[in-house]
Amino acid sequence: MRFAGTIALASLLALIGALAGIVIRPLIAAEIPSTERRSGYTFMAPDTKAMQDDDTVNPGMLGVLDGETLWKRKAGAASKACADCHDDARVSMKGVAARYPAFDKALARPVNLEQRINLCRARHQEAEPLPYEKHDLLALSAFVAEQSRGMTITPDTAPELEPFVAKGRDFFMHRQGQLNLGCTNCHDDNWDKHLAGSAVTQAIPNGYPIYRLEWQSLGSLQRRLRNCITGMRAQNFDFGAIELVELELYLMTRARGMPVETPAVRP
Amino acid sequence: MAAALINVPKKAKRGDVIEIKTLMSHIMETGYRHTTSGKIVPRDIITSFACRYNGEEIFRADLFPATAANPFISFFTIATESGKFDFEWIGDNGFSETAAASIIVE
Repeated sequence: MRFAGTIALASLLALIGALAGIVIRPLIAAEIPSTERRSGYTFMAPDTKAMQDDDTVNPGMLGVLDGETLWKRKAGAASKACADCHDDARVSMKGVAARYPAFDKALARPVNLEQRINLCRARHQEAEPLPYEKHDLLALSAFVAEQSRGMTITPDTAPELEPFVAKGRDFFMHRQGQLNLGCTNCHDDNWDKHLAGSAVTQAIPNGYPIYRLEWQSLGSLQRRLRNCITGMRAQNFDFGAIELVELELYLMTRARGMPVETPAVRP
Repeated sequence: MAAALINVPKKAKRGDVIEIKTLMSHIMETGYRHTTSGKIVPRDIITSFACRYNGEEIFRADLFPATAANPFISFFTIATESGKFDFEWIGDNGFSETAAASIIVE
């Protein structure tokens, strides 16, 4: 009797839902069609857009300037500067950020731009790795990525990368953490809505490292990812963890075809 | 490794009102924050900014802990003659940076 009552109640609720025009979304979300993809820039207020557009106002350019100094500074036991091998970054680094993360044969895993810089330091400069999220690494990666500004994001399609992209996509799609949310629940299903007054946006990382006003500094994509994972109250990963690089790889496939905006400003 | 970004028009007509934009790299640590162990993070801010136009001071500002990192200061002046703008930022812990930009007034 109680069972029948439950069914009756459930049907009643479904009926109310239908009458009120509530659409029940499928549990498995669909990715945003490529024609509807938008840079985070398009969600910003006019003032913030103006800040990104003017190089003498964009605070991310301070990082780029510092990065240029570091590019020419000798480091490590080999006493070599980035410029000693790569010469003019305007030529040699053009387009690099538009295709990263890339596969590193020696490590047999994908590496992001920050990790590539540190691998270069270890292999060629014989220098200590630069710590994640600290000024020097952010400045250097901003300088390198800025050389690709305006270029179209074209993720590396190396077959070795496929399993890693698939893992990143899995991470994005699966619910996790105490709030039982997947990235997709916000960034595919509700990107056009707001969360605590802020636009949710589409998880398209086309301007990293970004100058985030909330941080009052430059920050990497991994810092942003770790923020979101903490927000979902899920198990977080250390900077440089393969899980985060896999997620970066998947996110760059979402950004395919969009222009690089580094150093982007975000609220 | 402090860097400044300055935007002064390269050329202007005599009597034009011109906008000058400056951005200085600085953490602007308020002195009100604590570390996880409860220690106060010492204040480290820019306290003063000044701009001179051919030696004459045309703009000055005092800055306080509520100013965000990388202070952006923009102001207007009248282009009177060709010459040089000198900018100076002074702050805690002996922070002192200068920058200059020139303008041609026709």
